[in-house]
Amino acid sequence: MYRYDEFDAQFVRERVEQFRYQVERRLSGELTEDEFKPLRLMNGLYLQLHAYMLRVAIPYGTLSARQLRMLAHIARKYDKGYGHFTTRTNIQYNWIKLVDVPEILADLASVEMHCIQTSGNCIRNVTADQFAGATDEEIEDPRPLAEIIRQWSSLHPEFVFLARKFKIAVGATEKDRAALLFHDLAVQIVKNAEGRVGYKVYAGGGMGRTPYLAQIMSEFVEREDILAYLEAVLRVYNQDSRRDNIHKQRIKILVNAIGVEEMRRRVQREFDEIKSNGTLQLPQQELDRIAAYFAPPAFEDLSDGEPSSLDPTFKDWYRQSISKHGQPGYAIATISLKPIGGVPGDANDHQLDAIADLMEEFGISEIRVSHEQNLVLPHVRKKDLAAVYKKLKALKLATPNAGLVTDIIACPGLDYCDLANARSIPVAQDIAKRFADLDRQHKIGELKIKISGCINACGHHHAGHIGILGVDKKGVEYYQLQLGGSGAEDASIGDVMGPGFTARDIGPAVERVIDTYLQLREDGERFLDTYRRIGMEPFKNMAYLEQTYAAH
Amino acid sequence: MPLIKNGAFVEDSFVTVADDVELPTNGAIVSLARFQKDRDTLLARNAPLGIQLKSAESPETLGQDVHRLSLIVLEFPVFRDGRAFSWARMLRERLRFTGEIRGTGHFLYDQISYMRRVGFDAWDVADGFSLEQFERALHEMTNVYQPSADGQKTIRDLRAQRTS
Repeated sequence: MYRYDEFDAQFVRERVEQFRYQVERRLSGELTEDEFKPLRLMNGLYLQLHAYMLRVAIPYGTLSARQLRMLAHIARKYDKGYGHFTTRTNIQYNWIKLVDVPEILADLASVEMHCIQTSGNCIRNVTADQFAGATDEEIEDPRPLAEIIRQWSSLHPEFVFLARKFKIAVGATEKDRAALLFHDLAVQIVKNAEGRVGYKVYAGGGMGRTPYLAQIMSEFVEREDILAYLEAVLRVYNQDSRRDNIHKQRIKILVNAIGVEEMRRRVQREFDEIKSNGTLQLPQQELDRIAAYFAPPAFEDLSDGEPSSLDPTFKDWYRQSISKHGQPGYAIATISLKPIGGVPGDANDHQLDAIADLMEEFGISEIRVSHEQNLVLPHVRKKDLAAVYKKLKALKLATPNAGLVTDIIACPGLDYCDLANARSIPVAQDIAKRFADLDRQHKIGELKIKISGCINACGHHHAGHIGILGVDKKGVEYYQLQLGGSGAEDASIGDVMGPGFTARDIGPAVERVIDTYLQLREDGERFLDTYRRIGMEPFKNMAYLEQTYAAH
Repeated sequence: MPLIKNGAFVEDSFVTVADDVELPTNGAIVSLARFQKDRDTLLARNAPLGIQLKSAESPETLGQDVHRLSLIVLEFPVFRDGRAFSWARMLRERLRFTGEIRGTGHFLYDQISYMRRVGFDAWDVADGFSLEQFERALHEMTNVYQPSADGQKTIRDLRAQRTS
């Protein structure tokens, strides 16, 4: 994985001191809260309902064991012993004191980590496929480009006071695990007709109040031109975006207001100019230099036999958690952070430390965070899987539900978040408990439930096969159902079913929707396929029959 | 309002003139609206001319006229409005403007180094703001990752130097 050289290290160190001075000026009253706010946000620090929340960047979701231990240390020393992995593949701590933040940043810097641009109206932490460098489906590892984008976007002088936040993701496979089309900008690594590798660029996607799928800006950008192209998109956005209405200031609004053709024209003009200046060209040599950091570990020559275990529950875990690795004898293992009845995406200090131990014991050099709020061990020897499973099980990290109905994405919601209208966590817990039975989960198959506690959609409800949006009606929490969304390569925005359900009724309504699917599906259909075939009506008819389950 | 230029406090030789006020005989800063209305008269004056652009006004509307201006003032109505960062780069890199680019309005200490990087070279600062603070603001971060209008060597350039 990427390692800081002296320049990166100095940059992050100085950034810590810069922020320390900003905190001092806030504490002395020199900065008003209004002035301090964007500065702290640019360093991932939010003021939530109960305390400050600090969001730590995990660029393209990749961590070493050493970094994982530091995350555990921070949870223990400065928080209440746990952290929350987010849909942006970051980790956030919910109980932080402002005066501690400079020290936390210094601790992070000591393991080559930071909080730069994890919030605020700037280019956010770049995300990528969590199977990068391990799956055989990819054209190449997307992380070298993500790292190049990370560096280019770090304190970019022109783009730190954008109209709104700006999220970038990079993928390199046909199968989309990074929700590319829901990003302000997405880069997909592709091959053109001549077999040359380059980049397909999308822009204008996003969730929130006005969800849009990103549209194609360019079918093929040459490798050396990619930063020039990104700079062109950002420049058009910075110049032309509205600034008069916070709800209409994302790039998706601009793209849809002027139309994709006009957006392409404006970007092309900037791109031609930036390109002719020549200063942002990315030489192959630089790409190779960064790519070398991401070289796969030295794989052993292993047989590709299926592993076995004396533990009868191993099979269930294997079935859901293991994905195909590009190297014979190796597997990609997903660690579900969705224990039935737990808080989606949470992990405690003991678990984080223990995973770091496990990585070292089994020679797994890095770990990934997925946007679905799970962890991924990218390179596990198949012969070690049974032993890895045993350890994970002891840590309560072996729930065999990855990709199933209880693998729910949920934002922190009103339990923590200042912006939320409704709680998300209890709804996720309730639904997971209803579907706890593993046979029932297997029968249902792939079904992605995503829950947001407000319209901002941190829980990706628009992209849920079943999306749940918490709303506030006169001080009471209600939950709207949306069906048919997808954050994968078949991306779509879910359709709103109708009036919301109460906190008590939403779980039963979800059960009725899923039962309807089980009754009406045809062979091999996922929930999403059935919905796309038959539409909203049959589900809606059943969802509002609230008395159906009253007798239970 | 004190003016910092080329790293020092300097006397402001320009006067900002409201649209309905008569022009002085020396340097004047006028709005884009006034410039567009009285362009020929203004350019014919025998005194330096500056134009103040609001954050929604692109310098591109000035076209080649920029080369007949001594000064362009870019306004920050509120520090969160970052359009001027792009306007300054456009002035330096597209329009090749070599005169003074001055920042005015509501910008923060923390934005000064970004402003310099995109091409600003003069700042209207608050009373009491010191040169020490100004220098500090410019030197909080030693190195940069991306090329900009200031021509500062990037970390990639420095890496290449180190290995060659």
